[in-house]
Amino acid sequence: MEKKQYERPHIIKLNTGMPAKFGMMNDSFLMTHIEGIPVKDLINEHGSPLFVISEQVIRNTFRKAYKAFNTRYPKVQFAWSYKTNYLTAVSNIFHQEGAWAEVVSGFEYDKAIANGIDPKKIIFNGPGKSEEELITAANNGSLIHIDHPDELYQLINLAEATLQKPKVAIRVNMDTGIYPMWDRFGFNYENGQAWDALNKIMNSGKLELMGLHTHIGTFIMSANAYGIAAAKLAELTVGLYTKYNHTIKYLDLGGGFASKNTLKGSYLPGSDTNPGFDDYAEAISTALLNSPIKPENLPILVLETGRALIDDAAWLISSVIGNKRLPSGRRATIIDAGVNILFTSFWYQHQITPAQGHSQYREDTSLYGPLCMNIDCIRESVNLPQLNKGDKLVIHNVGAYNITQWMQFITLRPRVVLIDKDSQIRIIREREKLDNIQMQEQVPESLILHSDSVVFP
Amino acid sequence: MTIKLSQNIAISETGFLFNPSTGESFTINAIGAHVIALLKEDLSNDEIIKRMSEEYEADVNEISRDFEEFLDSLKNNNLIDENE
Repeated sequence: MEKKQYERPHIIKLNTGMPAKFGMMNDSFLMTHIEGIPVKDLINEHGSPLFVISEQVIRNTFRKAYKAFNTRYPKVQFAWSYKTNYLTAVSNIFHQEGAWAEVVSGFEYDKAIANGIDPKKIIFNGPGKSEEELITAANNGSLIHIDHPDELYQLINLAEATLQKPKVAIRVNMDTGIYPMWDRFGFNYENGQAWDALNKIMNSGKLELMGLHTHIGTFIMSANAYGIAAAKLAELTVGLYTKYNHTIKYLDLGGGFASKNTLKGSYLPGSDTNPGFDDYAEAISTALLNSPIKPENLPILVLETGRALIDDAAWLISSVIGNKRLPSGRRATIIDAGVNILFTSFWYQHQITPAQGHSQYREDTSLYGPLCMNIDCIRESVNLPQLNKGDKLVIHNVGAYNITQWMQFITLRPRVVLIDKDSQIRIIREREKLDNIQMQEQVPESLILHSDSVVFP
Repeated sequence: MTIKLSQNIAISETGFLFNPSTGESFTINAIGAHVIALLKEDLSNDEIIKRMSEEYEADVNEISRDFEEFLDSLKNNNLIDENE
């Protein structure tokens, strides 16, 4: 006789009362396949945990974003935000789609060059550029976004010394009505710092002022804030034209668009409430087209959004290590993916779905990672069916920041695979080995252990 | 060891359980309902685990572990006669 499928026996107490206004939060639908490939096969072949990225989703998302802006504004240019995910395969998909590179460090700059990007299509942002990096970027004709007054003076001095005319923009911070206001990067708009910096650049004659840049914050839930930002940059653009007859070539509205993830503490899922590309595009384009900038002088609109372009294109597959019941009565499940590779679990309530069939019985579960650390909690509470050891879970929307901010903490980082546009699985980052870590270390001769140097009583 | 369920517990075929002495109601998954039925037959714990492992596709250790946990849940919900 064939045995029946097993599931843990389970009892839930029914509570009477007012039903929730929004019904049951049920985010654990089944997901047995990713892009047509069984999750089980992916794990068997590539190990667990495993990052899976879809080329097709990246391309579709990029085209959707480009279309949202391109249909509203005549000149649009995206620049791929390297810090969001700088795996070469991922960056190059964006470059193939036409994106420039937006980098924030010498390391990222070198990576973009190594990827084959034309240096003139690299935007060099960030507060920490070294003199050597500035010289390289200036010589290459890259677009240097000035962050603070010292960098401005340094560039003027370098230009004098090298007789080069670096191509620059300034980063502007401003009040767009959102909280927190990001004021630590760039020059302030409201108190006149930005206008002062622009005057210094124009009067020095040593720098080629190409653009104006702002990046108002991260995961901005209000599209209107971008409209305000665009209007303020347009004011500066018109001011430069009026005073110096200087035409700004591009306005860079930065990034910060929300993805479909749900921020912690949100009542409704992000997929229902977060603005889409059309909302952001409408706010920015309307502000620029309605500004006093003459139509023939309309600058290129540069966008550096990272998260919204890549978040939804990646999944993290993980396996259940074990279950336990906490003293509070709550169920706890331990999986093999920890916060060291899923940094974004500190910000989001990631959607999590089982990868195998289950009955309709569910239970609020705390989902922990494998690290021997109390903070290693992927979800404090998620409604999941009965899971057995070895079952697989799919964690959604993990494409942004995890693969750049992950830590090699007590474990080795897993493999990353790409499902390409022909549905072939390609390894784009190999899993780490002990050797990868050890080779960076050096041990003084006196600290090398020999068999006779350790004495056991 | 044999565990005794509290008296007068009513359970429907669909897994709805009612405790008349407290007025509380519960929902139980199919396997849970099956375990309750076996408990009502006054079978020993070992016998229940044996029968379950014959019927379901799972390891005896796994069934035994889950059974113990299920008994804890029943106890926490005052569904087990504590005089045993």
